[in-house]
Amino acid sequence: MSTETWAIARFTVVMALTAIALSLPFAIAIGWLLARRTFPGKALVETVVSLPLVLPPVATGLLLLWLFGRRSPVGQALDAIGIEVVFTWKAVVIAMMVVSFPLVARSVRSGIEQVDRRYEDLAATLGATPFRILRTITLPLASRGIVAGAILGFSRALGEFGATIMVAGAIPGRTQTLAVGIYTFVETGREEAAWGLLLLSALLAFGAIYASNRLVEVRA
Amino acid sequence: MIALTIDVTLRQQAFELHVRETSAVEVLGVFGPSGSGKTTLLETIAGIRTPDTGEIRVGDRVLFSAAAGINLPARERHIGYVPQDALLFPNLDVAGNIDYGVRHRHHSLAGVLPLRSTLIEILDLGLLLERRVQKLSGGEKQRVAIARALMTQPAVLLLDEPLAAVDRARRDRILPYILRIRRDLHVPLVYVTHDEAELNSIADRVIHLEAGHVVGRSAAP
Repeated sequence: MSTETWAIARFTVVMALTAIALSLPFAIAIGWLLARRTFPGKALVETVVSLPLVLPPVATGLLLLWLFGRRSPVGQALDAIGIEVVFTWKAVVIAMMVVSFPLVARSVRSGIEQVDRRYEDLAATLGATPFRILRTITLPLASRGIVAGAILGFSRALGEFGATIMVAGAIPGRTQTLAVGIYTFVETGREEAAWGLLLLSALLAFGAIYASNRLVEVRA
Repeated sequence: MIALTIDVTLRQQAFELHVRETSAVEVLGVFGPSGSGKTTLLETIAGIRTPDTGEIRVGDRVLFSAAAGINLPARERHIGYVPQDALLFPNLDVAGNIDYGVRHRHHSLAGVLPLRSTLIEILDLGLLLERRVQKLSGGEKQRVAIARALMTQPAVLLLDEPLAAVDRARRDRILPYILRIRRDLHVPLVYVTHDEAELNSIADRVIHLEAGHVVGRSAAP
């Protein structure tokens, strides 16, 4: 396997890990809110969180392209402080974050829902604040759901194609991920290189799903 | 001894809990069949459930008053609660459970070390401290839960059927611990049970609860 193949695989893994690390705090916050609180507009938040799951990734990519482009306020604000997102590695991370977020948030939510609320009530009688209860009781007891969600999100991020190619493109050595690489190699007649990427993708996906299943088994 | 004033009404679906009781005793027993509202009453005092109307006071301290719009959150009530199934935090070991409340209120264990050693001695926990809570017997879990609650120096300790999870042969071994808590630490207790015989040996005053209402009162012999 060529050094180029390895470099693409390494880049993809690093991007996916970054995406999950950045989205996990948000996924925990949203998962906790949905599992433990009732508030006006909850159904709307639930729907919006799940949207990237059903929206074609290419459509998500188009939305991101517009959002971070020069014509949107967000894009202009970032441009003003010298941050360029579109067609850079940052766009790769953002695309991965958005498409994997629903999977992570849902898994975190169900993990938290499985924690007996009476533990939280009891911790309150011992003087613990809501934040301390979350940190010392709820999250540790929901850790399997959180880790399973992170693995699932990581796997989804590894295979991400549609949103990535829209917002980050397929720039060799800069934004080319495993999935995008396979596509461009086939398009340019480099089938052998594409098969190398396929093999690495399969190995990574296998490892992630295996780890996630083992976690579920331990819980059962 | 401390005066506990409970005057609460709490409705949930078809069930209504209505209790009016003021006692200045060391141990108030609450006796009643399952479903009579004993646990609901304790959870209401602890601040886990909110009554619809009424008032709860410990001495002069108002924990809840519908009229005055006061409803202290559980964490500010200083009420120790030991549920029937102990509810030890499964992610912490025995010592982690015992010290849980202290870590928050005092920021360090130093100030409560004497209390901690007293509790460990009274409740005979010395050999259990490093254990995982999953490895404890029912009676051991109860003792750890009692220590965990008492470490926060509560104004009142609520015990929900402390002997229910303990097999019959070992019951006689738990009761002396509770009597020692009463004798050595002078913490007022509210002791809930469906077994009237238990109360004879510990309570100063007993209220009988049935279907959410007080149907009788008795002083201990």
